[in-house]
Amino acid sequence: MKMNKRKGFGITFYIVLLMLPIYWLLNMSFKTNQEILGTLTFWPQTFTLDNYITIFTDPSWYSGYINSMIYVSINVVITLLVALPAAYAFSRYKFVGDKHLFFWLLSNRMAPPAVFLLPFFQLYSSIGLFDTHVAVALAHCLFNVPLAVWILEGFISGVPKEYDEMAYIDGYSFPKFFVKIFIPMIRSGIGVAAFFAFMFSWVELLLARTLTSVDAQPIGAIMTRTMGASGIDWGVLAAAGVLTILPGLLVVWFVRNHIATGFALGRV
Amino acid sequence: MNKIADNRAWWLVLPVFILVAFSALIPLMTVVNYSVQDIFGPGSAYFVGTEWFEEVLGSDRLQDSLGRQFLFSGAVLAIQIPLGIGIALMMPTTGKRASLCLILLAIPLLIPWNVVGTIWQIFGRGDIGLFGWGLNQLGMDYNYTSSTVDAWLTVLLMDVWHWTPLVALLCYSGLRAIPEAFYQAAEIDRASNWAIFRYIQLPRLKSVLVIAVLLRFMDSFMIYTEPFVLTGGGPGSSTTFLSQTLTTMAIGQFDIGRAAAFSLIYFLIVLLVSWLFFTAITHLDRQK
Repeated sequence: MKMNKRKGFGITFYIVLLMLPIYWLLNMSFKTNQEILGTLTFWPQTFTLDNYITIFTDPSWYSGYINSMIYVSINVVITLLVALPAAYAFSRYKFVGDKHLFFWLLSNRMAPPAVFLLPFFQLYSSIGLFDTHVAVALAHCLFNVPLAVWILEGFISGVPKEYDEMAYIDGYSFPKFFVKIFIPMIRSGIGVAAFFAFMFSWVELLLARTLTSVDAQPIGAIMTRTMGASGIDWGVLAAAGVLTILPGLLVVWFVRNHIATGFALGRV
Repeated sequence: MNKIADNRAWWLVLPVFILVAFSALIPLMTVVNYSVQDIFGPGSAYFVGTEWFEEVLGSDRLQDSLGRQFLFSGAVLAIQIPLGIGIALMMPTTGKRASLCLILLAIPLLIPWNVVGTIWQIFGRGDIGLFGWGLNQLGMDYNYTSSTVDAWLTVLLMDVWHWTPLVALLCYSGLRAIPEAFYQAAEIDRASNWAIFRYIQLPRLKSVLVIAVLLRFMDSFMIYTEPFVLTGGGPGSSTTFLSQTLTTMAIGQFDIGRAAAFSLIYFLIVLLVSWLFFTAITHLDRQK
């Protein structure tokens, strides 16, 4: 019992430390710049929503969120469309070169994005996709598709093969079986894969920033650019930061039991 | 599950193959192409063989940032792995509190990497940040923009804050997979807490720890955005890691040949490690 109390204290202490930087960001986002630069206060003295209002009314700010949302959504759709059949193939069949292909996919998840920076920039410029949402979505497939294949393969292997055989006996064609029977069966796996594709595309900045300039600029790039401008508007910067944390926070509850699976490439 | 041998399965894999070939093979071939040429402009490129590789391998810039990179990744592993195991052992095992713990732990992992940099940039400042202000109040002369040691500590602390939860989550899911009977047997034997950890929990964590170590190695080896936002690589070039050196070379200075050779060396190091990773996990999968 004593042991449990000490454990409870330890974990609470750690979580408090973990939350401190976030509390500080949240605290700053509700302050005016005078207060931020003037005195150090643990709670906003003059509580203001101005920083958030700036972001929601200034197109150069909120368009960043819209751009990020668009390429992230495109990426999730592409990732799931190509990863589902591939994961099914890896889970059910043996075929020439399957192991090599699997390793090759993994190695792309492990490739430093910086290595692909210059060729991506030139590839997408030459086919006229530079500064479009599709370019960023395709570039993020580099690490999201392998991840989705790995996660889905794990979930699909959990479905007994007898279901497939039964569907054939009942006269289902493969595409009809896949869409009508199989996909509903692994919908939680699809949810987890979609969440992680969403997340890794949302947190990435290096590729997203390099492949865009104006029309498809992600929120992360807008945030760093504002820092370079005359003086830093700390309040707005903090508010923008808080708003980037929200999307992940809203959906993480649904995948709480699969968090480790997703981060570990489906291998836990 | 025994799989059926059927080469028609390639049709199902084909979309992935085409997509990844487009976004990985073509760019990689471009890099290889650049690394052996000296390009002055469109139409005037000269084949230079391995000159770029020799130059890059011999340059102080690569060696310095490679050294810093290994030091950083080593420090990250040495701190985060034991800390993550410790946290996983302390986490509640059942009920609402366990779910709450999981979600709170996951928060740093869901934050965009540039925002992680921004958070610590603010948090560490002596004038407006709680952490920097606190240290200065305690009489420490802390300033991450001017002192190399402080910059290093801040970058390390930021990474520990950002990624230790990942190690903890992995270990937590590993611990949950241990059957209750193991603990009951230990209780009958009156095993000490240390003995339970050493002979029951640690061996069972082996496979998740392999994954944790390698994921943390890879991701810390590719780190770019967080230190870039926090310190910009400074003071001087004391926190400039491999990705940032490469990015400056490729995009900033447009030094294509050198950057391409650098990229390939970088990629080969990572590929070697991911091969070790793959061998290790397929080996562990077979043991199960």
